[in-house]
Amino acid sequence: MAQKTAIEAEGLNKWFGEGDAKTHAVKDVSFQAYFGEMLYVVGPSGSGKTTMLSMISGILRPNSGTVKIEDTAIWTLGDDALAEFRLHKIGFVFQDYHLFPRLTTAENVAIPLILQKRNWNEALKEAEVDLDVVGLKNRAQLPPVKLSGGEQQRVAIARAIVSRPDILIFDEPTASLDGDTGRNIVKFVREHILSDQRCILIVTHDSRIYEYADRIVKMEDGKMMGIEREKLDAQ
Amino acid sequence: MPGILQIAYKLLVNDRAKYIALLAGITFAVFLMIEMTSLFAGILLRGSATVINIGASIWVMDPSIQTVANTISLPDYVLDEVRSIPGVKYAVPLYSGAALLKLHDGTYQAANVVGLDDTSLFGRPPLEQGTVEDIYGENAFFAVNDSEFYKLGNPKVGTEFELNDHRGVLVGIAHVASSGLFGIPTLYTTYNRARQYIPNPRFTISYLLVEPKSPADVASIKAAVTKAGYLALTKDEFIQKISDFYMYHTGIGTNMLIMTVISFIIGLSISGQTFYTFVLENLEKFGALKAIGAKGRELVYMILFQASFVALTGYGIGVGMCTLTIWLARLNLPDYAALITFGNLGLAFIMVVIIAAISSYFGVRKVLKIEPFDIFRG
Repeated sequence: MAQKTAIEAEGLNKWFGEGDAKTHAVKDVSFQAYFGEMLYVVGPSGSGKTTMLSMISGILRPNSGTVKIEDTAIWTLGDDALAEFRLHKIGFVFQDYHLFPRLTTAENVAIPLILQKRNWNEALKEAEVDLDVVGLKNRAQLPPVKLSGGEQQRVAIARAIVSRPDILIFDEPTASLDGDTGRNIVKFVREHILSDQRCILIVTHDSRIYEYADRIVKMEDGKMMGIEREKLDAQ
Repeated sequence: MPGILQIAYKLLVNDRAKYIALLAGITFAVFLMIEMTSLFAGILLRGSATVINIGASIWVMDPSIQTVANTISLPDYVLDEVRSIPGVKYAVPLYSGAALLKLHDGTYQAANVVGLDDTSLFGRPPLEQGTVEDIYGENAFFAVNDSEFYKLGNPKVGTEFELNDHRGVLVGIAHVASSGLFGIPTLYTTYNRARQYIPNPRFTISYLLVEPKSPADVASIKAAVTKAGYLALTKDEFIQKISDFYMYHTGIGTNMLIMTVISFIIGLSISGQTFYTFVLENLEKFGALKAIGAKGRELVYMILFQASFVALTGYGIGVGMCTLTIWLARLNLPDYAALITFGNLGLAFIMVVIIAAISSYFGVRKVLKIEPFDIFRG
């Protein structure tokens, strides 16, 4: 059965600066990601991974090219509509988690629902359900600073999935974790978060988690090239 | 409360150290601003105490008069001239002068003596003790039970004293709306007794108190008095003239203004800097919110809410502290001149709103500039 396309990027270009200082960060990148797959974007620092990820998630406008998410050309939307689109369709897990230390874990998880103007108490209840999914229900009332790095990562995952987005974007999810914890987190995502209705994109340097990818694409000098997972595993 | 503001509230109050620093800055500024302006309002009120307590509709005086405390005596014929002005219902003389009292324990005490028209006793204060008719008895005086009363040795009806070597006897104790500014007790007696007991120049009328037949006559009476070479002011105009004198010709107003501005700057510095630091520390989190899907205006609402909340809370605490301080001060210093008016509260509120607006302005600018891409880039 043919896979349904979740993300379609076509001819993406992004450069920063002008004249001699001009840096072409992403060069004519095109790719597709599908529902039900976990797609890794790998490559060395400065290869353009984060810039490309930002463009396909609707937070950095490309100089040229298009991004379609479920048939919506996101860069034709206005600022408010784009923010609304991100809020409902895309879940983010940031490298440094960016949890609010002054809020409880449950309140942190509930943020996307609160931004969707859901009732505060209802949002907290739903957040606790997702904290249960990531195994942290008993930590709901603690501030994130009382949690370990792995637990904070799980809280960030719960926050990303709480509004049931179709696309999940992970930025270096294992960068702040030790090897075992990092692998366990990604394995958990693979087994519990990925579904046929969801597409997960992971930007990573960490070759220890390649085994969980469905596909891996590599970026170098702003260009994207398809690559066999086996070759990367061998590296 | 919308959820986004609830998040803003929790971010603010759960950061205890910054929240307390912000509150302290605003509270301190409000406290100082209200304290300063209240002192000034108290001084202005007390500066007009005689005008308020006597309560006449129109006061006729020499044009050079600046305050009610500094009298320039009017010739006796002015009384007849004013009485003859059309629209005047009645006009009576008022004496106001200073005297030195020797109290029954032998100590000396300066006092203000007000002499009321012998026939009508117009402007007399209501009595707490004694009867009005007793003022016509020999050497009779009323004392005013204001914040300076204790300086007379807390006398009772029947207490005797000496006034410029004349015998004086207290026949009544009155109360008034406002105490005087200069910290000396006030005695009331008849106009003629005041003239006899206190050394005087050739003329002895300090003011003429005039009652018009109707409010419509006020303008024509004032014009006629001006034509005669004197000045007629309504009660409110006279109070305003006295206030203007203290405000613009004594330096008190300037000093109070400087202190108020300094309080404002201190409040702005502490709160502005702390609030800006608070926003900076949360900047990445605001960026993350933006990436997740918060709109720019929602982040602006959060910051404005935080600034407004802390400003209003600080304002409330500052007003409460100031009220408490004035109350405590009055327990120990009965003649402490401070008065919290709606004007003081309004001025301090405007200052606090400005502090909140300036503090949040820089935070809002910073938050609007943060790009979610920066959060990814780290």
